[in-house]
Amino acid sequence: MWGDMAATLSLVIVSLAGLALVVFDAFNNRHVATPWIAGLALLAGFIFEIVGLGGPEGTAYSDMLRTGGSAAFVNALVLGSGVLTVILSVPYLKKIGHNIGEVYALILFATVGMLVLGAANNLIAVFVGLETMSICLYILTGFVRSESGSAESALKYFLLGAFSTGFFLYGIALLYGATGTMDFSAMKAGVEDGGGVMFWGGVSLLLVGFLFKVSAAPFHMWTPDAYQGAPTPIAGFMATASKTAAFGALIIILYKALPTERWTDVLAVFAVITMVVGNIIALSQQNVKRMLAYSSIAHAGYVLVGLSSGLVEGYSGALFYLMVYVIMNIGAFGVVALLEWDGKEGSEQTLDSLAGVGYRKPLLGWAMVVFMFSLSGFPPLAGFLGKWAVFAPAVDAGLVWLAIIGVLASAVSAYYYLRVLVVMFMKTETEASSKLADSFTIPRSSAAVIVLCVILLFVFGLTTSVIELTDGFFQSGSVATVLGP
Amino acid sequence: MLSDFIPFFIQLGIAIGLSFTLLKAAALIGPKRANVIKQGTYESGMDPIGSAHQRYSVKFYLVAMIFIVFDVEIVFLYPWAVSFREFIAAGVGPGVLGVIFLFVIILAIGLVYDIKKGGLEFD
Amino acid sequence: MDPELLIELVILLPLLGAAFNGLLGLFQPAHRTREKLIGTVATAMVAIPFLIAVYLFATFDGEAIVATVFTWMAAGDLTVNFAFRIDQLSLLMTMIITGVGGLIHLYSTGYMHGDDGYWRFFAYLNLFIFAMLNLVLGNNLVVLFLGWEGVGLCSYLLIGFWYKDLKNSAAANKAFIMNRIGDFAFLMAMFILFREIGALDFDSLLAGASSMDQSSINWAVLLLFIGATGKSAQIPLFTWLPDAMAGPTPVSALIHAATMVTSGLYLLARLSVIVLSAPVIMTVIAVVGALTALVAATIAITQNDIKKVLAYSTISQLGYMFLATGVGAFYVAIFHVMTHAFFKACLFLGSGSVIHSMHHVEHELAKDGHGHELDAQDMRTMGGLGKYMPATRMTFLISTLAIAGIPLFSGFFSKDEILFKAFEFGYDGHLVGWLVYGVGIVTALLTAVYMTRAYVLTFEGEERWPHADTIHPHESPWSMTTPLWILAGLAAVGGLVGIPAVIAHGDLNWIHHFLAGDQAPVAEYAVHGHVPVALEWGLIAFSSLIALFGVGLAWKWYSTEGPAFDEKLSARFGGLYRLWKGKYFVDEAYDRAIVRPLIGGAIHGLAPFDKYVVDGLVNFVGFFTRGASFTLRYIQTGIVHSYAAAIVFGVILLGWLMLS
Repeated sequence: MWGDMAATLSLVIVSLAGLALVVFDAFNNRHVATPWIAGLALLAGFIFEIVGLGGPEGTAYSDMLRTGGSAAFVNALVLGSGVLTVILSVPYLKKIGHNIGEVYALILFATVGMLVLGAANNLIAVFVGLETMSICLYILTGFVRSESGSAESALKYFLLGAFSTGFFLYGIALLYGATGTMDFSAMKAGVEDGGGVMFWGGVSLLLVGFLFKVSAAPFHMWTPDAYQGAPTPIAGFMATASKTAAFGALIIILYKALPTERWTDVLAVFAVITMVVGNIIALSQQNVKRMLAYSSIAHAGYVLVGLSSGLVEGYSGALFYLMVYVIMNIGAFGVVALLEWDGKEGSEQTLDSLAGVGYRKPLLGWAMVVFMFSLSGFPPLAGFLGKWAVFAPAVDAGLVWLAIIGVLASAVSAYYYLRVLVVMFMKTETEASSKLADSFTIPRSSAAVIVLCVILLFVFGLTTSVIELTDGFFQSGSVATVLGP
Repeated sequence: MLSDFIPFFIQLGIAIGLSFTLLKAAALIGPKRANVIKQGTYESGMDPIGSAHQRYSVKFYLVAMIFIVFDVEIVFLYPWAVSFREFIAAGVGPGVLGVIFLFVIILAIGLVYDIKKGGLEFD
Repeated sequence: MDPELLIELVILLPLLGAAFNGLLGLFQPAHRTREKLIGTVATAMVAIPFLIAVYLFATFDGEAIVATVFTWMAAGDLTVNFAFRIDQLSLLMTMIITGVGGLIHLYSTGYMHGDDGYWRFFAYLNLFIFAMLNLVLGNNLVVLFLGWEGVGLCSYLLIGFWYKDLKNSAAANKAFIMNRIGDFAFLMAMFILFREIGALDFDSLLAGASSMDQSSINWAVLLLFIGATGKSAQIPLFTWLPDAMAGPTPVSALIHAATMVTSGLYLLARLSVIVLSAPVIMTVIAVVGALTALVAATIAITQNDIKKVLAYSTISQLGYMFLATGVGAFYVAIFHVMTHAFFKACLFLGSGSVIHSMHHVEHELAKDGHGHELDAQDMRTMGGLGKYMPATRMTFLISTLAIAGIPLFSGFFSKDEILFKAFEFGYDGHLVGWLVYGVGIVTALLTAVYMTRAYVLTFEGEERWPHADTIHPHESPWSMTTPLWILAGLAAVGGLVGIPAVIAHGDLNWIHHFLAGDQAPVAEYAVHGHVPVALEWGLIAFSSLIALFGVGLAWKWYSTEGPAFDEKLSARFGGLYRLWKGKYFVDEAYDRAIVRPLIGGAIHGLAPFDKYVVDGLVNFVGFFTRGASFTLRYIQTGIVHSYAAAIVFGVILLGWLMLS
């Protein structure tokens, strides 16, 4: 048991820190040390996972969780996203007057759920992780209780989440019935006669649960409402970490547990729907956060393109894409969070209110330029390499039509990403934005996070060492690469 | 096969017989002075007929939820306690004891938080 | 000196210049007003690379040099290096870019004087040079693509430079998006080439082309060509270029005439071996190029905005270059890129000089209290400027004669070579060659007409602005006229590097030997049936006559009647003229067919669909949903239940796909 704990030290640290925070907060409400404890615990976990990246892969807790390899990679993303979110949240929550200690405890607990989910090796672990994560996120969405929009979006998120969980659980039951196991590595062997209705029905329902969590269309409808209602840094956390963890588990299930047939075409169809719906609807959005929400839907579609190739290159490309996605969105949501100047603006901030910001706050403006260009897949930023990493395997797998739709969809996306820059740099300053510029200074910690994201986007756009790393997670014998044929 | 269930059926017969006997006995020998409340269906003091859409104090739900959470979780202690002897026999006693301590501590933390935040003050 | 180090310097210096002006300007507001320093640094950062390029050219021994800076992607057996390539093609392009670019930088120091965004302008301009150099010097498609996207970005930034006018940012957006459409075709071509050949550097690509099957070659070349149409403003993606004139005039000269728009040609010339193995697509390229040349030339005749005329002229000339590519004469296309860079840059800078002085007139008018709204770019209010601006007039005239193809000016050599190659292609048994030759001849006539019209309306005849007797424009400062003279000189004699083959058996056709010689990178179509020498002389005489005729005709028309002659043309051609004037209504068609449905669909179709239409599915899906909607009925939002219906819809779709 101690060995298991040592192998999943990040999970242990974050759990203990979460518990400790609850007690600490109960006695010292709104204490200044609370975010420090949370941030340091996440950071410690992050360092542990980064160190574990190079190490051997293994399992812990009677094969319930995986350690090292792709699990460490996904966990590192989740923990890194958590650290940055905590840093961005402190000034933001102070500004909107909701800097309460429970938020940090909830972030920690949600992270625990994501860690279990991302490292799961068993359907039960997936379910436990998914629910731990989700319940915390429901609360985080609605914790600004004074705002009706926030409460409403939390309620919607909760109801729909519960609804999809039902499908998910039923899918697990069917899979167990069809194969007699919940363990990923044993599942493929347990499929008899090509599966049959029970097995593939189970797979379908399981996919419903995942597609909901990664907000693929048509399961995406909660996303804009939830992101709009949630406090902005938290929305960034939801958009990045929870999707990463869910995709991490999905990738492993596709890779280890399912025979590579049937679901590739299904995922291709949903990738198309998701990319088209996300990008087209984003065109008409006026609200910045809703725009980012639809953009995140579209990005889920791009990841699905990689997965639907059914090739290991697709899986490793998807993992790389997730990393890039985390960096871009933490940064973009961070900038948007800083540009809000009274608590209300969060759910009501429109594109027009950003007019001229680029000249009044050059740091935020130029950082946003980088994030938007990276999101639209502009070289040499990491977003370009990411798109390459997910589209190239699809072409390799013969899904040329899918890649064509993907690149066309991302051509459309340039329009709305660019519009942000147009209003930031090319529109005259309005009353509102001058008020904004006078009323706040950018906290150094937030500025550091944003600059870090910008730097990382450049760095990861220029090196493919991460893709080589993720390739290594799926190599069983043959030398495979997302870049080679 | 079926003979294994004979004790069960005897038990079932006794239970059904006893309840019928008691009800019948009460009807035969008890005094009968009817009033509205006595005639009504027992529903914990609530009026069972009428709209269910009433306003309750939110505290009611809070206490109920806290009760259920702790109640259900405490149930986990029972199978543990039953098989603890076998754990000891298998040589993993201390470890399993540790695990259950962890479990109780987590529950206790929840309780502390609840008390501290005034979750149990019904005013 | 070590050529690898030098080439890295060539690339890096403009970037340094951009960083210097950009970062200092951004964080040190005091820096923004130091015009001398900003202009000097920016110009030097382009001029020095030019000198280096000339040195490299002088010491070049015909062997391609590859300078690898670092390994960008290395995975499995594939490596993509961040590497640059010096060979005949890239050297020539580098010299054009840095040479013309340097002159335009110098010009801009005068032209942009006093603008609030002086620092920004030069930072962008340097950044553009950096990206453009990446494009032409990159040793593989990935680095090329990096530059490709980079020039698109800089073009976007510079078109929208005067961002306070919303029209300008709309133009910038249009340019960017049309470019992106092209870019993604390019990306798809890259995917295909990569899948087939497994490498992206030019040596492997050209070597591996022979192993590809015909259909993938066709696809790859077609997609490359679509990419090129976006960047080089060809049918159907040409409408962004005229709008791009919203940017400052030096930008139009540098990016939208001399360099960036020619990158599509560069790409096809670079991959000429692959293009040559797709004859079907070459036909498409030739036809599209010829049509673009003709369409743009007819539009150019009807335009009154001096920059618009030049913009359509650019599109038309680019059409010529694609025509040349389509008949397999890649080196001629590059030759025309070069001469076009000279005379078109000179024309644009000359128009900038004119606009500069007309702005002066506008100011004077306003100062005198005449509330005239004078459009400084409208040729109908110019006329007679030659008196006041001798240098601008002379240089503009030289360039006009060059573009019109008057013998011995540079445009004559390059355009005539294009027409001859088209003719030769036809002579060799390709009917399309005759066809595009005919279109090319008609376009040559039109070119002579509209350019002479522009020259005459601007510099000759009566002064037509209000109060012309008291208010006089003035010549521009030396920083603006010097580049004009240099470019005009090049426009006059630059064609001598490509003396037609009929003279001295082609020994004097230096550019042919340089670009398409034995070890040189540009392939060409192997002609089997040679045109007789007498016929070749006849063709040269014919096209010279066409040019002279066009210039003479337009001179006569417009010098006597001025802009009023347009009325006559309009009466003569009727509906056709209206079609030209309306620019073939392509913009309107795009707006109706694509933009409005897309945006409208997003606003009126999909977004409400997302919220409401799924309600309809509740009935459709029947009892299944009713169970869900029943439980959710008491949630007051009402919308949630349509969300849930969407999920049910998704479940059914997913289940059906999976199980069927």
